Amino acid sequence: MADTQTNRGALSYKTSVHTPGYKARKWAGNILFYAVSISIAVFMFLPFFWSLMTSIKPSEEIFSLPIRWFPSSISWEHYRTAFTTVPFGLYFWNSLVLAIGGVIANLFFGSLSGYAFAKLNFRLNKPLFMVLLAAMMIPGIVTMIPSFYVLKNFPLIGGNDIFGSGGNGFMNSFWGVIIPGASGSFAVFFMRQFFMTLPTDMMEMARIEGCKEFRIFWNIYLPLTKPALATLGIFTFQAGWNSFLWPMIVLNDPEKATIQMGLKAFSYNYQTDFGPMMAGALIAIVPILILFLVLQKYFVQGIAFSGTKG
Amino acid sequence: MHKLHKHQARMGYLFITPTMLLFLAFTIVPVVMAMYLSFTNYDVVSRRDWVGLDNYRRLFQDSLYWQTFRNVIFYSVIFVPLNILISLLIALLLNFNKPGVKLFRTMNYLPTLTSAVAAATVWIWLLHPEFGLVNGLLGYLGITGPAWLAQTNTAMLSIILVTLWQSIGSNMVIYIAGLQGVPDYLYESAKLDGASAFDRFRYITWPQLRPTTFLVSTMSIIGALQLFDQAFVLTQGGPANVTKTPVYLIYQQGFNQLQMGYASAQAFVLAIVILVFSYINTKVNKSEESIL
Repeated sequence: MADTQTNRGALSYKTSVHTPGYKARKWAGNILFYAVSISIAVFMFLPFFWSLMTSIKPSEEIFSLPIRWFPSSISWEHYRTAFTTVPFGLYFWNSLVLAIGGVIANLFFGSLSGYAFAKLNFRLNKPLFMVLLAAMMIPGIVTMIPSFYVLKNFPLIGGNDIFGSGGNGFMNSFWGVIIPGASGSFAVFFMRQFFMTLPTDMMEMARIEGCKEFRIFWNIYLPLTKPALATLGIFTFQAGWNSFLWPMIVLNDPEKATIQMGLKAFSYNYQTDFGPMMAGALIAIVPILILFLVLQKYFVQGIAFSGTKG
Repeated sequence: MHKLHKHQARMGYLFITPTMLLFLAFTIVPVVMAMYLSFTNYDVVSRRDWVGLDNYRRLFQDSLYWQTFRNVIFYSVIFVPLNILISLLIALLLNFNKPGVKLFRTMNYLPTLTSAVAAATVWIWLLHPEFGLVNGLLGYLGITGPAWLAQTNTAMLSIILVTLWQSIGSNMVIYIAGLQGVPDYLYESAKLDGASAFDRFRYITWPQLRPTTFLVSTMSIIGALQLFDQAFVLTQGGPANVTKTPVYLIYQQGFNQLQMGYASAQAFVLAIVILVFSYINTKVNKSEESIL
């Protein structure tokens, strides 16, 4: 995971290399290390394993006692059921649209503002950035109801008149989910930190050559931030894909429900049908899992980056 | 040169305009408006009259509202310290450079990737009183497990278990990053002075990790006091409202019963509580810093 691992573990042994009983102690230490690490990892992984096993068990084996760790035969019937009893494919698609929309908006607006805050001189640069940062402390629940009000009464949208009344505004539209999160403080902060690390001489050179500011940003600096964009992209995708409360407030039309809302409906409607429920839960995890495994390096770097410097 | 600066400034403002407009519309205006709406009887449909302090007066007599506070504070008091302790211990363990350590980290990190809803859905099954894995495993030990989500004394503990499972992975990664930022020479010189492993942790690691602990604890507190998803999916706030949280109540009051004005007052009070707790956390961390 982390490439910059120190060899502190090795160091702690080095001092005792020549003392007697060193080998025995090292052995005991290793056994203890692996015993504890494996137990923790097994505990953390067990829920995944158990839901996977449940989802591929024949229905009659789900409720067998004592615990049956592996199915006698593998059946994909629960996955079929998950997709046919609720429009799970549609929910999957809706979530994908929302999450990708959120990613594109955040990457573009976040890097554009981040670049401006990091590289351009203007008088309100510092104060505006501080206000943006301070706002990260405001709990989401405060802005929830007023944001609903703002979206519902947005002028000239969704049947609203110029004063914002008469229609539904952005309610029940994907825009109502995408727009409020289109450029988060975190995205701006994260990209700014990255742009700060890039040298300014390329910028000055390009200006002398008569390059326009947007082209300097777009053609010279943005391509250099690919690792940061990848990290932010993963974060944003994960946040969008996993979000639940806000989409539930904005999207009332069942045709527009997200996968998280669909999953919730599962546990309402199919209280005792755990096979399809586990299949649904696993399907809801898969896109993030794939993204994580493909971009694992960026992911952990990004957490370390935002974690220690945030 | 002057012209160039002016141009640069103009472009700077232009570049931040989309972000600032969104920030204005969905942060600044809503915060001001939350305050305003909390003094009205806004109900989405027709009314939005000024009612003064009525919502706040009602709120102080609303026993359910204060119960949700007690619930979420009970949750936080157990969840936050455990979260910090466990993720720190696992980070200390997995900071050793041994074969397989990356795999262990990845496995501990996996739960963080799941959505609250998916995790809760899986745990509904794991905590099933008769056929769930948890009670099945307890059965091996000869213990008859409780009906975790249906009993008032275990429902909130179940939510703590699920949210811990889901959150320690990311805090572990933050702690590992923090641990790797501690300069090696501190440990080397301490070892030369004959400091024990515990001493090294007490006098080097823990103080050096203070910024990391501050970050992790602040995020945990802010998150914990806004608990919603897991309580909504796992228990629907029950049994007997013991797992109903303020955000849950605000959601119901606002979006099911359309009492947006009253819900705004509730949200505003919750926000103040969150800010107070974050502030106390800052103070606690600062005061410890001055001692050392």
